[in-house]
Amino acid sequence: MYAVETIDLSRVFELKGRRILALDGINIRIGKGEILGLLGANGAGKTTLVKILSTLLLPTSGSAYIHGHDVVRDAKYVRGIINLVSGGETPGYGMLTVRENLWLFSQLYGLSSGIARERIEMLIRDMGLEQYRDVRMHRLSTGYRQRLNLARGFINDPKVLFLDEPTLGLDVINAKHMRRYIRDWVDADGEERTILLTTHYLAEAEEVCDKIAIIYRGRIVAYETPLALKASLSDGVSIQVELLSNRTTKGSIVEEISSRDGVLACMLVPSQNVVEQGDHGGNARYDGSIDGLTRLRIMLDDDSKIPDLVSMLVMNGYRVLSVRRDQPTLEDVYMRYVGSMGNEES
Amino acid sequence: MVMGDLMLNLKAVYARAYVRLKGLLREPHWSIAEVTIPLLSLSAYVYMYTMLGAPSEYMAFVVVGGAMLAFWSNVLWGMSAQLYWEKETGTLTYYLLAPASRMAILLGMAAGGALNTTLRSLSILMVGTLLFPVEYNIVEPVALLIVFLLTVTALYGMGMLFASLFLLYGREATHIADLLQEPIYLFSGIYYPVLSNQILPYAVRLVASIIPLTFGIDAIRLLLIMGKGMGDIMLHIVGLSLLIIVLIPLAYIALRRMEDTSKRHGRLTLRWQ
Ligand SMILES: Nc1ncnc2c1ncn2[C@@H]1O[C@H](COP(=O)(O)OP(=O)(O)OP(=O)(O)O)[C@@H](O)[C@H]1O
Ligand SMILES: [Mg+2]
Repeated sequence: MYAVETIDLSRVFELKGRRILALDGINIRIGKGEILGLLGANGAGKTTLVKILSTLLLPTSGSAYIHGHDVVRDAKYVRGIINLVSGGETPGYGMLTVRENLWLFSQLYGLSSGIARERIEMLIRDMGLEQYRDVRMHRLSTGYRQRLNLARGFINDPKVLFLDEPTLGLDVINAKHMRRYIRDWVDADGEERTILLTTHYLAEAEEVCDKIAIIYRGRIVAYETPLALKASLSDGVSIQVELLSNRTTKGSIVEEISSRDGVLACMLVPSQNVVEQGDHGGNARYDGSIDGLTRLRIMLDDDSKIPDLVSMLVMNGYRVLSVRRDQPTLEDVYMRYVGSMGNEES
Repeated sequence: MVMGDLMLNLKAVYARAYVRLKGLLREPHWSIAEVTIPLLSLSAYVYMYTMLGAPSEYMAFVVVGGAMLAFWSNVLWGMSAQLYWEKETGTLTYYLLAPASRMAILLGMAAGGALNTTLRSLSILMVGTLLFPVEYNIVEPVALLIVFLLTVTALYGMGMLFASLFLLYGREATHIADLLQEPIYLFSGIYYPVLSNQILPYAVRLVASIIPLTFGIDAIRLLLIMGKGMGDIMLHIVGLSLLIIVLIPLAYIALRRMEDTSKRHGRLTLRWQ
């Protein structure tokens, strides 16, 4: 039995008469004791998936199971063995202390007072909240409120914990500490504890996750161990090129470059003023241009191909402003698994 | 399993009520304001009746009305608006995430609010009684207690219903609460008798009786001031019981509807947002 299993899970939203396919046939299986990192850009469908798995949202079709229990039909049972922490959210009551807030949430799970007290003290210690134990929540800084929210997520000692961008708004040290903590938490009882963590950052997923799933426009496009994912990138070189051109059809450069020998992938890099197009549920439009300036991210199989590529661009009437080698990023992973992203505005 | 569920839900009710009481008691300056302000407005009526040479029981009418009004404010602002506020701060999601029944959360809110407001209402009654020449004539204290409990239950039943409806109908909630705040003075007879008096037309009195406060205040006045007994308030008891029987299941249905909407559409409100 898997800790989490989804079968052809889909979710459609209706928004002002438009249908948004937020999840499109998701099939994932998370084994007990695993941390799965769900990596994806804004609007990819991460939160939607987490909400369905945590019984807050109904799927449009398909099914999902937590420890073998259907999240729709057995919702109440599932709620008892899961918990959810969304980064940036700080639920609770300002006029209650840290301890009282945790106690309130513990009672929603029916914890006996002995166990509740013990666990609250432990979590307060683990989250470094000792000096705020009896301080009202409204006196806490945002970061400490988030620690409190994280503590709340462990209050029922869940079998499956969902962390939706848990490090959002945390400073580097705290984010690091949190990743360490959740890794240790799972490892302390690998038979019973499982985490699904969503993030925008490849590095974050790499650091703590046993497996990484990349979600793109509601589909899982890659599902591998961090090592395998990295290996799939290590055979290439990523470069970023800035061009000036007066040509208007951006798509055609991407196509031209993509079709060249030795080019693994190519995409337009969204500029600062990304156009919110909204015709795909708020997905940013990958239009890398400001006044003729075009930024491209290109993956080549070998760095000896760089000079050829540059001369091709110059011959085609582009002014090459800069060429820079880059560390592999999330974009590169996308490029490999999603393909070119310059002109697919379906 | 059933016992386990019951224990779980009782704990949830208790926890929700406890933190509500605790939170409110922690702000004593608020409690003082919430006793003083109603006293100020009811004293205006006391002086008015004195000037008009109204019968002496009118003083007591006003004090009782002012004390009971505290419940209505709490039902509107403390219950209905509270759940809405919990949605806005994101806390509601974490109630929905937990296995405890949603009704337990709402009941806990109601119980905490009712206890807290009873304290406040009694303070208003006591101070009002000390300040003004008020006389009581209680013949059947048990009947008084029963009517009071029925009134509070019916009022918070209505509060639970409003709380769910406010969520469904979005941020216009506060306007609705505002709208409901004023007519209550007229219909429910906060500062003058409505039901046992023939001033208002029959139709108006009928509509007014949908608000539990109307029956409640009238019956409490009869028992507390006019020296009446159980036999004289049977109509009130039937009315309040009917309200409870209707309002609480309606609250349950509205709450289910709210959760259903949120799961189906990914948002809690039906419109205006
Ligand atoms: N309640 C809703 N009503 C309509 N559309 C929605 C709703 N919730 C999400 N969507 C749409 O579904 C898609 C997926 O959204 P989701 O919140 O799951 O993305 P995400 O991967 O969590 O993004 P982010 O990284 O920004 O948090 C988006 O196009 C979004 O606009
Ligand atoms: Mg999200």
